[in-house]
Amino acid sequence: MTLDQLKPGSECLIRHLSARDKLGQRLLDMGVYPGLRLKVIRNAPLKDPMEVELDGYFVSLRHSEARHIEVDVS
Amino acid sequence: MKIDRVLIALAGQPNCGKSTVFNALTGASQHVANYPGVTVDKMSGVFKHDGAAYEVVDLPGTYSLTSTSPEERVTRDFILHEGPSVVVNVMDASNLKRSLYLTFQLAEMETPLVLDLNMMDVAEHRDITIDAKQLSRRLGVPVVPTVIKSGKGKKDLVKAIAAIAGMPRPVRAAHIDYGEMELVFREIEARLASAPALCATYPARWLAVKLMEGDAGVEEMISRRHPNAEDMLAFVSSERELFEVRYEITPEMHIAQRRYRAADDVVRFCVRTKEDRDVPLTDKVDRFVCHRFLGPAILVGVIWLLYYLSIVQGYNLTKVTWPLLAKLRSLTEAVTPAPGFIDIPLTRSLALWFVDSINALLNYIPIFFILFGLIAVLEDSGYMPRMAFIMDRLFSRFGLHGQSTLPMVLGGIYVGGCAVPGVMSCKGIPDERSRLATILIIPLLNCLAKVPLYVLLINIYFAQHKGLAMFFISTVSLLLVLPVAKILTMTVLRNKETAPFVMEMPPYHLPTLRGVLGRAVERVWLFIKKITTIVAAVAVIIFVLLQFPGLGQEREAFYRSQKAKAVAAFFEDIQGTSYAGRITEEDIMPLIFFLDDIRNAKDSTKDDGALAALNARFEEQKALYFSIAQPGDDRSAKKVSGAFRKLVKERKRLLREMRGERIDNSFLGRIGKGLEPFTEWAGFNWRVNVALLSAFAAKESSVATLGALYDQEEEGDTLETRMAAGETDFTPLHALALMLFMVLYPPCLATTMAVKLQSGSVKWMIFSMVYPMVLGLLVAVSVFSGGRALGLTGLQAMFGFYGLALLMTVGIGLMNDKTTVQ
Repeated sequence: MTLDQLKPGSECLIRHLSARDKLGQRLLDMGVYPGLRLKVIRNAPLKDPMEVELDGYFVSLRHSEARHIEVDVS
Repeated sequence: MKIDRVLIALAGQPNCGKSTVFNALTGASQHVANYPGVTVDKMSGVFKHDGAAYEVVDLPGTYSLTSTSPEERVTRDFILHEGPSVVVNVMDASNLKRSLYLTFQLAEMETPLVLDLNMMDVAEHRDITIDAKQLSRRLGVPVVPTVIKSGKGKKDLVKAIAAIAGMPRPVRAAHIDYGEMELVFREIEARLASAPALCATYPARWLAVKLMEGDAGVEEMISRRHPNAEDMLAFVSSERELFEVRYEITPEMHIAQRRYRAADDVVRFCVRTKEDRDVPLTDKVDRFVCHRFLGPAILVGVIWLLYYLSIVQGYNLTKVTWPLLAKLRSLTEAVTPAPGFIDIPLTRSLALWFVDSINALLNYIPIFFILFGLIAVLEDSGYMPRMAFIMDRLFSRFGLHGQSTLPMVLGGIYVGGCAVPGVMSCKGIPDERSRLATILIIPLLNCLAKVPLYVLLINIYFAQHKGLAMFFISTVSLLLVLPVAKILTMTVLRNKETAPFVMEMPPYHLPTLRGVLGRAVERVWLFIKKITTIVAAVAVIIFVLLQFPGLGQEREAFYRSQKAKAVAAFFEDIQGTSYAGRITEEDIMPLIFFLDDIRNAKDSTKDDGALAALNARFEEQKALYFSIAQPGDDRSAKKVSGAFRKLVKERKRLLREMRGERIDNSFLGRIGKGLEPFTEWAGFNWRVNVALLSAFAAKESSVATLGALYDQEEEGDTLETRMAAGETDFTPLHALALMLFMVLYPPCLATTMAVKLQSGSVKWMIFSMVYPMVLGLLVAVSVFSGGRALGLTGLQAMFGFYGLALLMTVGIGLMNDKTTVQ
């Protein structure tokens, strides 16, 4: 499953990042890496982008970007 | 005498309070510059401690130190090439783990570090306790807990900086263990040893880590400076592949993961957090601010407030400041040579033109001051990312970015923005393609200075449908701008770098008055310095183009004879009055000035007592002139007064005619006429051409020039009446084409300077001038010629155009957007 499919309120564990180059590096630099837990907080009023919480802070990303984050729902 | 300064750099992630630390350290002694080649601000300042001077450079806030963004490249290059004596790593104490991610990278660069554990109050508030001593011991660098916002810990920080700067060989921070990758690093380091020059500038281990990370910047540097670059890079590339196959994880992901794990370890040892913490306040606020329906409503409210406070209230404030600027003008009038009956000295008219041009811009300062202050509030409070969050979906469909919202609001999404702050606020957009697209479209929005021409034309040609026409022109710009943005990103901007959207939603902060005022003053000052100098220069050029070659000798002689005639008529009129013989030709100019003085003095006097005193003063000054100015019941004086007023009117008419003829004959006038064969397809005659050409310095000039071009027959006629009378064959269709051209008019001078500043290139500046011109002519021609061919009225053409623009915008918006992230 990928992050973009999750509904607000659901929590998950990041399994793998399939993004490389800029997006991959950006995600890593923002603290999104395999083995981390995160929670989907909300979608924007027009559904995109989405906001997630990780390690006590909030990050927003587009669904097209979240598609590169493989997760296990818990 | 120049004292040697100790160089200090501030590094840290965004939203860690770094600029507050910078302000606290350096106070008012700040200086803004640009890093060479990029549009990143370089802030520096100075402070003194124990007799030594320290120069502090505020590096841009970055989450990491790869080479994927200009900010990160700048930070990295500064630390490696400038060799600061101390790098102060400002950290968000409430977000230690992520902060450490950057700290480890700084440590790898083997630069002397001091950790400033800032925002301790926020951490405390969230029940996070940090053992700073333990942290310092584990990392091997000094750690200073601070709440810089309220000044707490500043002294300790300065002391720590001084101590580290004074050390001959400062201690190096502990390295982190990259596990399986360490062997590869050792191998790479060994191979790097064959390039001693390289290893003297850069720490070998750092190079090794960066190479395994696949850092493009470092690879490029190796290929430039390593004697055996090809082998080196081939080796790294094969090691990277091997690593990924063996451990099923990309090397860069492994590196990041190791850094976070190391950070986790540190946090586990040094930080205690209360387990079941409440929902953070920020999240509670965001439930409203980012709510599906409330969010957009709040956004509209914020934008409205921004407009209201800056444009409406700021405009009211300009009424208070305008007299100051008017004084500047009257001062210029006083010191330049006095005008003759029909000969206005060139120095005088140039000086006045110059002052008027500068004043037109300086008049905006109150508006800008409020605007910049409010932007600072939005930035500091943390609302900007929410704005981007709400609008991104809409804008990204047109090749723009969520963060294009504020620039577009400032540029004038409805009516009454200004492109200069709009373009300047594009700085924050991380995606280069979207940033350039935003910069290029902002001048097409409705800035305040375009409005006078709209109002003029609507009042004459759409008088029956004023509200409708105003709504059309206010909203049509947005319908043009969005498709244009999309088209630009698909064509000229196609190959520009894009960046992921991924963005932190930082906690809300209460902005400080000092921070907000400081930024507003700083930006206004920057505006004044950078913009007015250029505008002044171009004002002079336009002046020359409008004044020269001037009237020929023959016409000069003609006007002189007209003057003589008028003067002779005046003396004939006063024959037989008691004034005959007492007034000579020498008296005419002084009398004109005397009348002007009385009128000006009266304008600023209200109550009767003061008026009487004023009259007494003027009478005492020159009783003879005063009796003409205020003839009372004296028949003789009345007659003279009437005759003299006729003369004054005649003088004004001559001056105006001369000015009109001079423009007519000027270089700009000739260009306007030369363009007529082309522009008549758009319905523009040469007068309109001249008005449009003169609008390049500032858009307000279009109406001012038209004012000069349409002769005023009767005193007090409005420009509307004059233009309607002067252009008998002008139809609403002409006006519509002209208004649409004005929407798409190339940016004014001040804006082009801002475009150059923000895009960092002259090429884009020129493009930003050329493409709206082409587009504007295209639209104007098709509306005018097309409308005429179809026999449409102005109103029909307006509806037709609006429908087409709307259709195009919606169509492009619904186009299948291909993802451009990867």
